[in-house]
Amino acid sequence: MRVNGVDHEAPTDPRRLLSDHLRHDLRLTGTHVGCEHGVCGCCTVLFDGAPVRSCLMLAVQAEGHEVTTIEGMAADGAPLHPVQQAFHECHGLQCGFCTPGFVMSVVGLLAQHPEPTAQEVDEGIAGNLCRCTGYASIRRAVHRAAELSKK
Amino acid sequence: MLAGGQSLMPLLNFRLARPAHLIDINRIGGLDRIYERDGGVAVQALARHAGVEDSDLVARVCPLLRDAVRLVAHRVIRNRGTVCGSIAHSDPASELPAVLLALGGHVVARSSGGERRITADQLFTGMFETSIGPDELLVEAWFPRSPFPSAIYEESRRHGDFALAGVVRAGDRLALFGVAATPVLADPSDPGRGLQPSSDPEASPDFRLHLVRTLTEKAFAA
Repeated sequence: MRVNGVDHEAPTDPRRLLSDHLRHDLRLTGTHVGCEHGVCGCCTVLFDGAPVRSCLMLAVQAEGHEVTTIEGMAADGAPLHPVQQAFHECHGLQCGFCTPGFVMSVVGLLAQHPEPTAQEVDEGIAGNLCRCTGYASIRRAVHRAAELSKK
Repeated sequence: MLAGGQSLMPLLNFRLARPAHLIDINRIGGLDRIYERDGGVAVQALARHAGVEDSDLVARVCPLLRDAVRLVAHRVIRNRGTVCGSIAHSDPASELPAVLLALGGHVVARSSGGERRITADQLFTGMFETSIGPDELLVEAWFPRSPFPSAIYEESRRHGDFALAGVVRAGDRLALFGVAATPVLADPSDPGRGLQPSSDPEASPDFRLHLVRTLTEKAFAA
């Protein structure tokens, strides 16, 4: 499977979750694991460009596919991805645990709706839970991300 | 049988399901089409919820199906989850089995012995149970053209959660979900008759019946 542009061997254990494979085998620990049943959204990654829950996929299913994690959004030292930059500017994160999942979901949202309405923003982030920042600043960050992405 | 995995993988993660064998059908080619058939829409086993949600064909022929899919979880889940998977999983609180029942659709089950059609009223046999055999694969669900007016309404604690109760109107027909072990057809003039919904910390039986009556009124006011 290709992860952030680099080819990797598929795991030998067919029972390995994609989320565990990314974190434990590839050491890409930016993908977080919260609930392990698809509710919290922390483990969201891009699978062939569309956001999915990595805890609800087996790693072997990603063979032959392209996976992008939060580490693939911007190289070390390079400018942040517009969605990351917007979360930074708008204080869209506090503890940061949910943030990688939010960023990946918002990338998907903006691909679907480049200029999202307030309702589309709410629906787009409804599948991600935040327990400290509060959604008001995250909403602002999504609108800002849409602006930054146009530039 | 693993397609989108958005219901089965949580069961595996919680060790609630421990199957001896798991068959992933995702690499089977030509099983992800959404196409017009017999005046309705056929949705194949690997067609994702998101694909159905965005389909111009579904919007034109069966907008009720599109409206229902939008109530299934969240877009990120719908990117992976499948319509046929929702039906085969047959969660009593799930929208799509009730839509299939309200519309009078069917599924196509295939085994090494051949194919057979199972109509919606013969499909849902119990909670999380269908009449699809252990040697069969649900390859396609067929939804008739949705009549006018059609509507789906549900009440849930949070957007994207499983519904406490919900109603599907397809013309004069009414199907309910979340109030019995399977989706059920009901009389629009007395939708709660004969029902004994379950009680849980989310909602009492009386509250579920109240929701059914209120949502039915709303659906038939349109």
